[in-house]
Amino acid sequence: MLSYPTVRTSLIFLAIALVGLLFADIAITANNPWRDLGNFFLGILTPNFFSSEGLLTALLRTVAFAFVGVTVGGICGFLLALIYRFLPVRIFCAFIRAIHELFWALIFLQFFGFHPLTGVLAIAIPYSGIFAKVYSEILEEADPEPGRLLPPGTGTIAAFLYTKIPDCWAQLRTYTAYRLECGLRSSAILGFVGLPTLGFYLETSFSQGMYSDAGAMLILFYVLIATIPLWVRPKLLPIYVLGAPFFLGDGLPIVWGNVERFFTEDIIPSPIRDGEGLAGLMPWLEELFANEALPGIWNTIVLTQIALVATGILALLSFPLISNHFGGPIRRTAGHVFLVIARSTPEYILAYILLQLWGPSMLPGAVALALHNGAIIGHLIGRQTNTITLRSDAVTGFKRYTWELVPRVYRSFLAFLFYRWEIIMRETAILGILGIYTLGFYVDSAIQHIQFDRAMVLILITALLNIGVDALGRFIRRKLALQTMPTC
Amino acid sequence: MTFKPIRTLLSSVALTLAFNTASAETFVFTAIPDEDETKLVERFEGIANYLSEELDADVRYIPVKSYAAAVSAFRNNQVQLAWFGGLSGVQARSLVPGSQAIAQGTEDQAFYVYFVAHSSTGLEREDRLPEEVRGKTFTFGSKGSTSGRLIPEYHIRETFGEAPEEVFSRVGYSGNHTRTLRLVESGTYEVGAMNFAVWEKELEDGNIDTDAVKVIWKTPGFPNYQWSIRGDVDENYGEGFTDRVREALLALDDPELLESFPRSAFIPASNDDYEPIRSVAKEIGIID
Repeated sequence: MLSYPTVRTSLIFLAIALVGLLFADIAITANNPWRDLGNFFLGILTPNFFSSEGLLTALLRTVAFAFVGVTVGGICGFLLALIYRFLPVRIFCAFIRAIHELFWALIFLQFFGFHPLTGVLAIAIPYSGIFAKVYSEILEEADPEPGRLLPPGTGTIAAFLYTKIPDCWAQLRTYTAYRLECGLRSSAILGFVGLPTLGFYLETSFSQGMYSDAGAMLILFYVLIATIPLWVRPKLLPIYVLGAPFFLGDGLPIVWGNVERFFTEDIIPSPIRDGEGLAGLMPWLEELFANEALPGIWNTIVLTQIALVATGILALLSFPLISNHFGGPIRRTAGHVFLVIARSTPEYILAYILLQLWGPSMLPGAVALALHNGAIIGHLIGRQTNTITLRSDAVTGFKRYTWELVPRVYRSFLAFLFYRWEIIMRETAILGILGIYTLGFYVDSAIQHIQFDRAMVLILITALLNIGVDALGRFIRRKLALQTMPTC
Repeated sequence: MTFKPIRTLLSSVALTLAFNTASAETFVFTAIPDEDETKLVERFEGIANYLSEELDADVRYIPVKSYAAAVSAFRNNQVQLAWFGGLSGVQARSLVPGSQAIAQGTEDQAFYVYFVAHSSTGLEREDRLPEEVRGKTFTFGSKGSTSGRLIPEYHIRETFGEAPEEVFSRVGYSGNHTRTLRLVESGTYEVGAMNFAVWEKELEDGNIDTDAVKVIWKTPGFPNYQWSIRGDVDENYGEGFTDRVREALLALDDPELLESFPRSAFIPASNDDYEPIRSVAKEIGIID
């Protein structure tokens, strides 16, 4: 078995994660974590939908920010996709998508403040980068044949619209719809930094232990996501897109002088701002690296690798829940519900909940990342097994799982996992804001201390780390000849 | 979804930009989120109503999620007045030329930090920070808090000559004082440092399980919370507006509102009152 490169790669990653566990800070520090967890589930079972009059408004704002952000991101991303073959465009897109929505929001909060533009751009910018990459991949896959059949002299735009688009239309639509779901999640968590979406109230209720209120918000959020096919209809879309900007709320007016100040003063490294010049810059950078960047990078990598392997294990364990090859319809429905809940809950919110219940360590972060990402991959490969037809005399039960199904889906499983590697790292970094000592912790500290120059350097480092992992993930997928699918 | 006509994009962006309608006349203030939000909203809605009446102006309170967000909103002139802690006030005023501290609570002239411990530690109250806290798990409040971070860190460094991360086995930031109390009460952290006024108020309201958590040390006094106002409000809201705000705050005698802070009264304050906070923050390296 060791002769298979996929198995060898898996074992290497497993070993890295095990070594990581030795160094990781894994603990449950709460005195009575199970009582709190019990209270939390009790809260979900006894939701209080009338806790706050702001709840419905928050839900509306969550949808509005998602629509405006994803629309702007989709259009910009599509335009970028058309010129994606140019290296500078690729680098630019890789960079803007390597920075998480919450980091973008924290940056814009410093000069736009609580204006709707902060939330819209926080979603639109990273989504443009993601859309550009995936749209360009989809367009590239389009069949070139129709284009060759056109008469000479056909305009480029006409050729593009009549030969490429029809071929890719279904895929573009599916992927955009999927991003809209992601947009709702992103929009919800923006509330954690103060925007008027669901996260704002969720944070309030959780931090005060009002689990019935929090339960109501989570239930509303799941219903919102689960019913997307019902309320997001092609005919209604123009209404949503045109109407959404009216429901973003007023926020507070932008003072444009702040924008200039942010770029010309705030983010200039303090030694240069104070006129110490380059001589002062080196010790400043050294100190920043030694005390914040390096510990942050180390913790981010350790947690990412543990979460990646945990995600893989959970995906492999959970896909039978929705596979036609096991169990009856009742169990499959229950499996679907579990996976929908696990993947609809943003990992940031999961981590927040678990941190409140178990106390601070890497454990809540690892579990949250594994649950969310594992449920996504488990869902995708579970669905894939439903397309597999086994011989009528094939083994059943555990043997069917180990000998028939896992080997058949293992390659696409690995492809999904390595595809999500970069996503897991981006999330790991952001979890620092919650108090796990990853890069986000130091970014948040710098912002709390009003030292935006330090925050920007740390965000840049986070982005570079992400780009590196993205490249490594692509290298491994190519090396193992794993087919990648963009809709993951 | 994908191919919205360009005009859709333009109109949505234009609308977003046009949505910038909060009237310039509205006087907006915020406060550092140092306690449970529900309490803060209740308290500061009351203040907003009071100020609206006294100043005969439209006054609005906006809640924020972090100390830094309060400072940034003040700096960016999205709020003109703020209820800051000692440290956040020093940070904010150094970023806004001409801004000034105009009022503080009577209690804020000499404010205290309580170090609190879970009963399982067996720690007892002493008149100094007990040596035995070494090796325990410890939580601050917010990273930008005076009584939840700055002053406790200062005393930890004074006592042990080391950074908190070296003294304790685990250092966390709970976010606010109420949460510090809850986390130590539940044993998630063994030791914590918090605002004495929050402790006393929760104790009075019967919200503390005194079998689970107790005060082990009270720090010496230091200047803390204050109302700070931007230097340009007279220009934007009319001559003498700063004085009117100050007078209104000093005249506040609604016992219920005062009790919600909890403060017995507001008295005049000045920027110089907070010089000790600045020097401590500089020493620890929280401000440049």
